[in-house]
Amino acid sequence: MRRWWPWILLLAGLQLQAQPGGELRFCIHSYPRTFNPLLVEDEASETVRYLTGGVLVRMDRITQKLQPELATEWKVSADGKRIRFKLRTGVRYSDGTPFSAADVVYTMQQLMDPALHSATGDAFRSGEGAVSAQALSPALVEISFPAAVANLASLFDTVAIISSKSPQREMAVLGPFYIAERKAGSYILLKRNSNYWKKDANGRPLPYLGAVRLEVEQNREIEALRLQRGEIHLINAVVPAVYDKLSRSDPALVRDAGVSADTEQVWFNQMPGAPIPAYKLAWFTSTNFRRAVSEAINREDMARIAFHGHARPAVGVTSPANRFWFNGKLNHHPYDPDSALRRLKQDGFHMENGGLRDKSGNEVEFSIITNAGNSARETMAAMIQQDLKKIGIHVNVVTIDLPSLLERVSSKFNYEACLLGWINADLDPNLQMNVWLSSADNHQWNPKQSSPSTSWEAEIDRRMKDQASSSDERKRKQAWDRVQQIVWEQEPFIFLVNKDALVGISPAVKNAQPSFLRPQTFWNVEELEVK
Amino acid sequence: MKWLRRISFGILLTVAAACMAAGYLAPAGYEHQFRDLPAAGPSAQHPMGTDDVGRDRLARLLYGIRVSLLLAPLAAALATVMAALVGGVAGYAGGWIERCMLLIVDLFLSIPWIFLLVTVRAALPLNISPQASVTVTFALLGMLGWAASARVICAGTRDLMKSDFVWMARASGFSGFKLLRLHVLPNLRDTLLAQFWISVPVFIITEANLGALGLGVAEPLPSLGSLLGELQQLVTLRPEPLRFVPLFVLIVIVSCFQILLEKRQVNV
Repeated sequence: MRRWWPWILLLAGLQLQAQPGGELRFCIHSYPRTFNPLLVEDEASETVRYLTGGVLVRMDRITQKLQPELATEWKVSADGKRIRFKLRTGVRYSDGTPFSAADVVYTMQQLMDPALHSATGDAFRSGEGAVSAQALSPALVEISFPAAVANLASLFDTVAIISSKSPQREMAVLGPFYIAERKAGSYILLKRNSNYWKKDANGRPLPYLGAVRLEVEQNREIEALRLQRGEIHLINAVVPAVYDKLSRSDPALVRDAGVSADTEQVWFNQMPGAPIPAYKLAWFTSTNFRRAVSEAINREDMARIAFHGHARPAVGVTSPANRFWFNGKLNHHPYDPDSALRRLKQDGFHMENGGLRDKSGNEVEFSIITNAGNSARETMAAMIQQDLKKIGIHVNVVTIDLPSLLERVSSKFNYEACLLGWINADLDPNLQMNVWLSSADNHQWNPKQSSPSTSWEAEIDRRMKDQASSSDERKRKQAWDRVQQIVWEQEPFIFLVNKDALVGISPAVKNAQPSFLRPQTFWNVEELEVK
Repeated sequence: MKWLRRISFGILLTVAAACMAAGYLAPAGYEHQFRDLPAAGPSAQHPMGTDDVGRDRLARLLYGIRVSLLLAPLAAALATVMAALVGGVAGYAGGWIERCMLLIVDLFLSIPWIFLLVTVRAALPLNISPQASVTVTFALLGMLGWAASARVICAGTRDLMKSDFVWMARASGFSGFKLLRLHVLPNLRDTLLAQFWISVPVFIITEANLGALGLGVAEPLPSLGSLLGELQQLVTLRPEPLRFVPLFVLIVIVSCFQILLEKRQVNV
């Protein structure tokens, strides 16, 4: 009998090696549209890219600082037009192909190819002219841009380096997992990349997990039930009502990772050619009117009731969660209906028979559209309706399906006010250029202006261009602080709340450190283990 | 089963009376938000508790049923009139006119009505009051929900046109509008009434479906559909039996209508 125990121990050891860390399972809400990491636009494809792609640098989701990955060092030139990466040596793709500077050059060439139409590549387009990448040695690469690119190094967090030599093309990966099996519309099985270069502090190879299984599940209620049953291990975003329910029945399953960078806001249509009456356009373009509406909305109540206390009254476009870029001198607009009425009086509004009327005698009434099926937003709209009734404004809440809403807001401009939210996946304000420039398509309140229609929009344009063309973080922060200040004063968007990042994590998962930044629960997937 | 019909009639009458007296029975208006008491349980002040925004559930239920009970019959009347026109003309005229009209009816029946309703709702002007929006919603239901009844009425008219007394009337010189008014329409009355009563619960349920999708009656006006929307969240359904009351009331109302209809259908 004694002769058997070394064999038993050896077999047990082999078993442990064969399945390090077990299989992590969670849901994606649609099947990925692409497995090419350069063409990623949807959330599911982004999840696969994050789990399989190797990047030069990675943003630590807790410290909000860049960490070296495939690049051990990097340096941005003083003019912000060039970046030089020193690369890690001895790294291999999942199929065994060696990694070198030529792969970074090839990736950048592919990424910036206009024929590819890569959304990831668009972030690097700083001006007229070509982007060039040059391999200075097998471990040194320099990338040059025609004009300064703000936040240049951080942009490489989303660029998965593809192989220039592998016959498997983009399916050969440098990340912790590779795609082993997939069934369209059903699941994707990722297996541990045995060639992955990273090791933990004790020299143990990462990742700890043997596999990650992504199951397609559209229904978030069923997703929550599956977490409760132990069929899946993670949920990246739990709605507040479900969070409350789970925190009562299974408190170990859910965590509040604190306030997120996501915002919920309402805005008025200020477009001159929009099919709305001229007198209403005059209200919506008045700063006093917008400020009055803002002051008449009780944000504390909204955070407490619509989000079950898992939200904070919003100060402005940047959430306090964004430690570096948030303008700490600003506070959220207080709930003050009396001040709101004083502001309205300055513009000639007056109360008549319990209702508010403008100086021409028109009854103040407008509609707010929001997307049907989002219960938090429907609750927020009902609360705005009730709050504004107290200052004599009659609001009609209209819930319509999302495609119709987007058509009204983006192409027909046939709406008066809209309630929607933003998911801010990136901390740097440079990625919001398409919102704040008056000429931009997403300058929602009055898009595609040939020249700024107000002096404050002209100043926002200037400040945004200043921050985009500078590589000096201090100057960029000053410019963005001023933009936040202007937006706070003028309120083209009336920011309402910042939601908390609520996540679901099974107690079976070890080393989880949820963050408000995406991907909230598995950003440190290499260190996760499943018991 | 006369006693069952009497009980059903009594229930419907009681529900209707309670809804009409909502202003006296409910502790607050349907839109008043008690923000210190969101999602509260039953209490002396709020016998059925409050919803997620703190609105009194009893008030919202009473006003919600009032909306459904008032407007569903109006929508049913509109649908029956349209069905009578299309089905009646098709059955009376016969031949290629009947085939063409039944083709239109088939076309209407084949339309995925939920998508059509969603599209039409999305195209409506935004600045209409909740009262106008609910009227428009039911009017839409009425205008889109006539096709099935039209087929029944067409078949009924066709049978009448072949009956002995119509042949005799024709032989006596009756034709056109006079024949329709004196012989066809009076004999179609029971069919039309049956179609009307069948449509009432159908429209109540259809509005409930739209409301549950968030596309029915606009806030803050309640309807049975918008109240049922709360039941969609499987996980968040706490052990609160009162959340199911609107569903129970809907089942009771529709069942009562069906029981009352049985006799009418037998008669037809």
